[in-house]
Amino acid sequence: MAIRLDDNVLVTRLAPLADWLANWGRANSLWPMPFATACCGIELMATGASRYDIARFGAEAMRFSPRQCDLMIVAGRVVMKMVPVMQRIWLQMSEPKWCISMGACASSGGVFDTYAVVQGIDRFIPVDVYVPGCPPRPEQLIQSILDLQEKIRQTGTVTGKEFAQRTAREGPTEVKARPMDLVVAPGDFSTATQQWEK
Amino acid sequence: MISETILNSLRECLGPEKFTTSEFRDNTRIIVAPDALYKTLECLKNKSGFDMLVDVTAVDYLNYPDAKDRFGVIYALLNTANGERLYVKTFLNEPDLTIPSAFPLWRGANWMEREVYDMFGIRFEGHPDLRRILMPPEFTAFPLRKDYPLRGRGERHNFPMITRAES
Repeated sequence: MAIRLDDNVLVTRLAPLADWLANWGRANSLWPMPFATACCGIELMATGASRYDIARFGAEAMRFSPRQCDLMIVAGRVVMKMVPVMQRIWLQMSEPKWCISMGACASSGGVFDTYAVVQGIDRFIPVDVYVPGCPPRPEQLIQSILDLQEKIRQTGTVTGKEFAQRTAREGPTEVKARPMDLVVAPGDFSTATQQWEK
Repeated sequence: MISETILNSLRECLGPEKFTTSEFRDNTRIIVAPDALYKTLECLKNKSGFDMLVDVTAVDYLNYPDAKDRFGVIYALLNTANGERLYVKTFLNEPDLTIPSAFPLWRGANWMEREVYDMFGIRFEGHPDLRRILMPPEFTAFPLRKDYPLRGRGERHNFPMITRAES
């Protein structure tokens, strides 16, 4: 009985394996840089604390030095005086790096349509995942980290060459829904108030 | 309501017809001309014991019904010994938007006057460090003036975009 090589050895090409390995490592050990400027920062802290526990997804190592981080979470409104600071912190982060825009204010300015408040940080730095909400619940932030992990797994390369193609200003793009995104909790959520039987 | 002795001592300092008073919801306001402002504040601090400057703020009366002057600058004073409060008000018009600084009387006037300068463009003569305090130094407008648009003149988006390929 002859034993074929394919049965016992995983045959693959080196580059996809290296990409897969890098993405596996990067996605499961995101180190967030908490750029918390407003009330979203409180929800960010709650996400990091024991009840919601961002450590379950490997992103618990929050560092306050941009040199040690690879995920910037902009939580809160950014005013024009803060924009150069934000850009500088973004540039100081080492590659590969990603950015989550957390909350309505960071994503669009929210209710603060005034002379000083920037209407969306994606005008000035690249954003990977947007989180709606005012402020978003910790579950939403955790979902955004899961989405970012999925994005890293799907598009990441070991050399980071996918970043070089992003040369223009980007807005939010639609993502393909996975089966797990379509699972809904049972119940009627068509109204906010409960319908009591008479 | 403010006691008559305070008003009398103020009359002694300034002269009888140099200020007017008005009342609104138990608050007394003293309205003086800009050139008598510093003397008023000095007298209220040294003679009547208003030892704390609670606030310096300003109002733009552009398009305000029945307003005669463009800007009003308001000093809120407090006597910490007996809890009396007093508001000193003065009115300014363009182009002469300069009034004396209250910094020699109260050190706390430093940042409050910088804020009024930042938001309204009212200059305080004798202020040790009259720079913008809230807006960035390269900002040129005065955003709390009523002729400044609510959404600004595009200053908030006047920054370069950093794309992902560049960073």
